[in-house]
Amino acid sequence: MNILPFIFYAFAAILIFAALRVITSRNPVHSALWLVLSFFSAAGVWMLLQAEFLAIVLVLVYVGAVTVLFLFVVMMLDVNFDKLRERFRSYIPVGASVGILILVEMALVLIGGYVAPGAAPVPAASNFSNTRALGLQVYTDYAYPFEIAAVVLLVAIIAAIALTHRTRRETKYQDPGTQVKVRRNDRLRVLKMAPERRDEPTATEEKKT
Amino acid sequence: MSFGVQPTLSHYLVLGAILFAISVIGIFLNRRNVIIMLMALELMLLAVNLNFIAFSRYLDDTAGQIFVFFILTVAAAESAIGLAILVLLFRNIGSIDVEDLGTLKG
Repeated sequence: MNILPFIFYAFAAILIFAALRVITSRNPVHSALWLVLSFFSAAGVWMLLQAEFLAIVLVLVYVGAVTVLFLFVVMMLDVNFDKLRERFRSYIPVGASVGILILVEMALVLIGGYVAPGAAPVPAASNFSNTRALGLQVYTDYAYPFEIAAVVLLVAIIAAIALTHRTRRETKYQDPGTQVKVRRNDRLRVLKMAPERRDEPTATEEKKT
Repeated sequence: MSFGVQPTLSHYLVLGAILFAISVIGIFLNRRNVIIMLMALELMLLAVNLNFIAFSRYLDDTAGQIFVFFILTVAAAESAIGLAILVLLFRNIGSIDVEDLGTLKG
C-alpha cells in the first residue's frame, strides 16, 4: 500500500483551491488567511520532496512572519475594499486568457517529453539529515552569498523603518548634542539684590493687599 | 493498494505551473488592489520555489534547495519593503488603488 500519491494529490488540491480563494476572495483578511493555508499545503508538498528544512522555514517565516505582516497591514488600513472590486469582473477575460495561455505553454513544454530525469529518485537513508546537508553547503561553498543575504535583510529592515518612521512634533525627546553643549550661563543666572527683612512687610507688599 | 499514479517530476512541475498561472490571473483580476497583488506575487515565488525543489530532488543536487533559501530571504525582504511602501502610500494619498497613483504622470 502506497499512500504517497494520495498525500500528493490531497496537498496539491488544497494548494490550488487555497490559491484560487486568495485571488478571488472578497475580503482581503480572508485572502491573507487562505494564503496561510496555501503556504501550509506547499510546505506539505515540499516535505514529500524531502526538503524538510525548507518546509519548516516556509511555515516559520511565511506563515509566522509574512502573512501576519499582511494581516496586520490589511487590518490597519481603513480602505473601502468594495470600491476596489468594482471592475473585478471586467478584468476576468483578459486575466483568464493570459493565465490559460501561460498554462498551455508550460504544459506543452512539461508534458511534451521533457521528463528527462523521470526515474524515481532513491529515498534518502534513514540517518540522512537535510538540514545538515544544507548547512554543510551554506557555510562552505555558499558562504559569501549567505553573507550577502544577511546584508539584504539588514537593508530591508533599515528601509522599512526609514520609510514608515515619522517624527511626531508633540512628542518630547532629549537631544544629547544640545545637552552636552549647554553652558553654565544658559541655565543659571546670578542676581545681585539687596537683602530683605522678613518681619517688616515692605511697601510693595502692602500695596498688593 | 495504491492511490493513483506515483508523482513524478512532471507532476510537481505541472503543479508549479498551475500555481504560477493562478497568481498571474490574480494580478490581472485585482489590478486595483495592491495588497492582493503582493499576495499573488508571494504565490508566484512559491510556484518558482516548488520547481526549484522538485528539480533539486530529482537531479539529486542540493544547490536548488540553497537557491530556494536565498529566494525566501529576498522574498521576505521584498514583502516587508512592499508593505512599508503600501502603508506610506495610504498615509499620503488615502487610498491603495493603483489608478490613483498618477502623481508622476505629466
